[in-house]
Amino acid sequence: MRPILLQGHERSLTQIRFNNEGDLLFSCSKDHVINVWFSHNGERLGTYDGHNGTVWTIDVDSQSKYLVSGAADNTLRLWNVSNGKCLYVWEFPTAVKRVSFSDDDEKVVCITEQRMGHQGAVRVFKINRDGDGTDQPHEPEHMFNPVGSKATVCAFTYKPNLIVTGHESGKVALFDVVSGTEVLNNERAHMDQVTDLQLSLDRTYFITSSKDKTARLHDTKTLRVLKTYSAETPLNSAALTPNKPYILIGGGQEAMQVTTTSLRQGKFETRFWHKIFEEEIGRVKGHFGPINTIAVHPAGTCYASGGEDGFVRVHHFDESYFKAKPYGDLEIED
Amino acid sequence: MAVPNNSSYDDIEAELDFSDIEAKYRVDLDDNLDNLIVVDGAPVIDRPKLEKLIAKISKEFAKKGAPVKPENIFVPWDDSTGKSKGFIFMDLGNADAATHAANAMNGHPFDARHTFYVNKFADIEQFANMDETYVEPKVEEYRPKEHLKAWLADPQGRDQYVTYRGDDVEIHWHGKLSQCEVAYSKKNWTELYVSWSPMGTYFATLFRQGVRLWGGTSWEPQQRFAHPLVKLIDFSPCEQYVVTWSHDPIAVPPNLPQGPEFFSPEDEGNNIAVWDIKSGHLLRTFPTSLLEGEDFATKKQMQWPALKWSLDDKFVARVTPGQQISVYELPSMGLHDKKSIKIEGVVDFEWCPHGDKDRDEAEKAAKSGKTPKKTKENMLAYWTPEVANQPARVTLLEFPSRRILRQKNLFNVTECKLYWQNQGDFLCVKVDRHTKTKKSILCSLEIFRIREKDFPVEVVELKETVTDFSWEPKGERFAIVSSNDPNLGNPAPGITVKTDISFYQLDRGKNDFRLLRTLASRTSNTIRWSPRGRHVVLATVGSSTKSELEFWDLDFNNEDRREGQATEWGSGIQHVGSADHYGVTDVEWDPSGRYLATSASAWRHTLENGYAIWDFRGQVIEKHVLDRFKQFIWRPRPPTLLTKEQQRQIRRNLKEYSRIFDEDDAAEESNVSAELIAHRKRLVDEWNAWRVRCKRDLVDEKRSRGQRVDDDTHAEEKEEIEEWVDEVIEQIEEVAE
Repeated sequence: MRPILLQGHERSLTQIRFNNEGDLLFSCSKDHVINVWFSHNGERLGTYDGHNGTVWTIDVDSQSKYLVSGAADNTLRLWNVSNGKCLYVWEFPTAVKRVSFSDDDEKVVCITEQRMGHQGAVRVFKINRDGDGTDQPHEPEHMFNPVGSKATVCAFTYKPNLIVTGHESGKVALFDVVSGTEVLNNERAHMDQVTDLQLSLDRTYFITSSKDKTARLHDTKTLRVLKTYSAETPLNSAALTPNKPYILIGGGQEAMQVTTTSLRQGKFETRFWHKIFEEEIGRVKGHFGPINTIAVHPAGTCYASGGEDGFVRVHHFDESYFKAKPYGDLEIED
Repeated sequence: MAVPNNSSYDDIEAELDFSDIEAKYRVDLDDNLDNLIVVDGAPVIDRPKLEKLIAKISKEFAKKGAPVKPENIFVPWDDSTGKSKGFIFMDLGNADAATHAANAMNGHPFDARHTFYVNKFADIEQFANMDETYVEPKVEEYRPKEHLKAWLADPQGRDQYVTYRGDDVEIHWHGKLSQCEVAYSKKNWTELYVSWSPMGTYFATLFRQGVRLWGGTSWEPQQRFAHPLVKLIDFSPCEQYVVTWSHDPIAVPPNLPQGPEFFSPEDEGNNIAVWDIKSGHLLRTFPTSLLEGEDFATKKQMQWPALKWSLDDKFVARVTPGQQISVYELPSMGLHDKKSIKIEGVVDFEWCPHGDKDRDEAEKAAKSGKTPKKTKENMLAYWTPEVANQPARVTLLEFPSRRILRQKNLFNVTECKLYWQNQGDFLCVKVDRHTKTKKSILCSLEIFRIREKDFPVEVVELKETVTDFSWEPKGERFAIVSSNDPNLGNPAPGITVKTDISFYQLDRGKNDFRLLRTLASRTSNTIRWSPRGRHVVLATVGSSTKSELEFWDLDFNNEDRREGQATEWGSGIQHVGSADHYGVTDVEWDPSGRYLATSASAWRHTLENGYAIWDFRGQVIEKHVLDRFKQFIWRPRPPTLLTKEQQRQIRRNLKEYSRIFDEDDAAEESNVSAELIAHRKRLVDEWNAWRVRCKRDLVDEKRSRGQRVDDDTHAEEKEEIEEWVDEVIEQIEEVAE
């Protein structure tokens, strides 16, 4: 499993995403640039230039037609995936920390930061897929301000208009975007800030990572914690591997403490855990800074990790990964 | 409204018995008499003298620290004679002051003819009302105590260890993987650290108030020693006594309870206390011995244990540096022979350990019932540095006869260290010598052979500085760590001192110690012999960059050697494994010598704290990274009760036993794996069932939204695109002729 090193960013990675087919890998970083790569060989296909601040978040629709991105320049942008043109810009009073498409590509949810007297807000935009994409409604379809701890991550669930959010306090909640009400919450889902949230392919369960050194698997419907995976360091990202009962977690020492800790101390490794048995099964070294984001190919054939060190490492799984049955013949539903 | 008739009430009252209620709500008036005392034996006086007497008494009381105001002194008067009655009441204001005054003034000679007898008023009342009939004290029902050594009877023969992490203290069983479990755990069981007694019987925890000992299977408190702010603790080898030390001198507040378990005023200002474990009584206290002209601020490090026990718990000795060694007899804690051993310039001493041989002999003697001709006496070794024209000297002294057995003069000595082999067969004196210019330091090992006549001494000269020395337990080998690294002695962060490890063995033929092997350019600075000998671990402790553990076997071809005597010198040394425990601070063998525990304690640094257990080959068995991990200690075991013959028998039939154990292991392994597989199966079944429910929900959800439901069987359409790339590398036209 020789990794492909993607050296296209000058600063630390903030999020990476595969498209629905898994042939393209999108990455965004603090250097204001969004890159798109061929996942099979690591060749850079192009960039999406235009943001004027740290790009915190990206998401691509299931047809690989549109890309949305949110950045610290207080804008949310819609891009044409194929030619890199910026189609539309929404402006907000504060930075955009998280964006996510709905499963039918019709909507985009975004979280804007609570800062400078502005409340943190969750907005849902309807994406007009007709025409060249430059004609988008300027006003959000829905908007609300979650009360209490501010939201850090969010995503659409399998039900329309229902989003799941992760919060700074460690809370995980379900919101109805139409009414802006909290439908359900789990206040004690984590003990510290939720740093990442990734849904399973059918969006019925999801994994969260947190600064409290754990990653947890939740039931979307009930928000019940199904599984817990404990690490030794704060976690920045967690991902599910389709077709295999594994999960990947990554993290490391806080970025501000990195200079004072040694490489072995930092635990800058991607860790593989068994999804059901909650046992660690392997580690992949490579980054020399904390891992900020992990994404797995939708078919489960490769994964990529982006680190504070500015590199993206794409790992294609070996034949042995698919053949190996470390726990014997067990039929595990995905 | 009917007015109640009073008379009828009276009737009722007469009829009813209120005594129980009265008894219940009776106000106890005795309480406020606690601050009164009665002074007996006062002079009988006439009225005119009253004022003078009161003034005098009040002055006397004030002198003893129990001031009483003249208006609070009451002198009862016999009106018939016009004289006082000879006793006086006093109000001291509060109960504490009254107690103090009673203690201080009782038996106080007021003048030549009058002596005060002071009692608390409440006491007098109590004594006056005492029931004269003898009531037989109720015999307390016998409560069987738990066996303090119950852990030794574990059917699986497991060992225990204690871990201290954060506020949690846990006692674990350690055996095969499936047998490891937590035996007991308690939060805030200690405030400083924990400790085992030398044979593992007691478990000591330290609190601000003092030391507490625990034991038995349910860890009941066994004993406590009230030494406030205790910092250090040391058990005697036979677990009869315990020594505690506190940095703060003992203070005896006036309200401290009295009794043999508590400090009394004469202990004030001392730091070291000796206690009897069984009774809990305080035996004696000592001040911390300081060199002349030193005080706490300038003293670099105190020697601990400050009191050194002879190995049979009969004597305890302490050194007053430069002057004397004082030996105290147990259990009276009186100075032996009423005088210390005066040795000018004495720096340090060590008691000779008792070997198995000594123990066997003693037992044999006890069995045969007659006192042996010559009971083996205790022995101690001490050294004195060079003073004026006198050379430095190492002396072996027999005790209690105080006979000097052997003396050896040494020259150019900077420092000596005494190392007894644990059977008392050998004594090694590590002598640091300086050259004439005092610039470089050499080292020599003076090895006394204790079991031979006249204690022959042999010298091993070394060119380097020896930083650590360690005897093989029950063996004839030792290992040293030596170094000539210029960085030695000035530790700096990031610098790891290069060291050499050398093994020496007694050559039976020549009867001297010869080098077995040197392992050059290591970083190891710690030697840990297995308590059974043979195996040794070399560790690099306290370094931020290196943390290697090397496992060595010194009798690797042991079996062969039995048959073919003439094996090559040192050929048995074999490296069996290496391991690494990052940030290791402590390395300790378990009592059986099968496992090694390494720990990284949060007391030293905060990187990857936790502990690991290895087998003697360096294979990791358990490893736990736990933040705020502080302490790991194996529970020691007492010496075996098996006789030499029985042990030999076991060794002979080892193959027999090992078969049984192998069977056990195999059975257990299959058992464990079956259990694990069942557990996993259950988890998977739960998960799959949940997934099925989820998928059904999902389908329902989509139906309700009127969406097309994808059929599961509907195979994903795949478009196969084959791309042919033809690349012309070279075209050569050849013209056929």
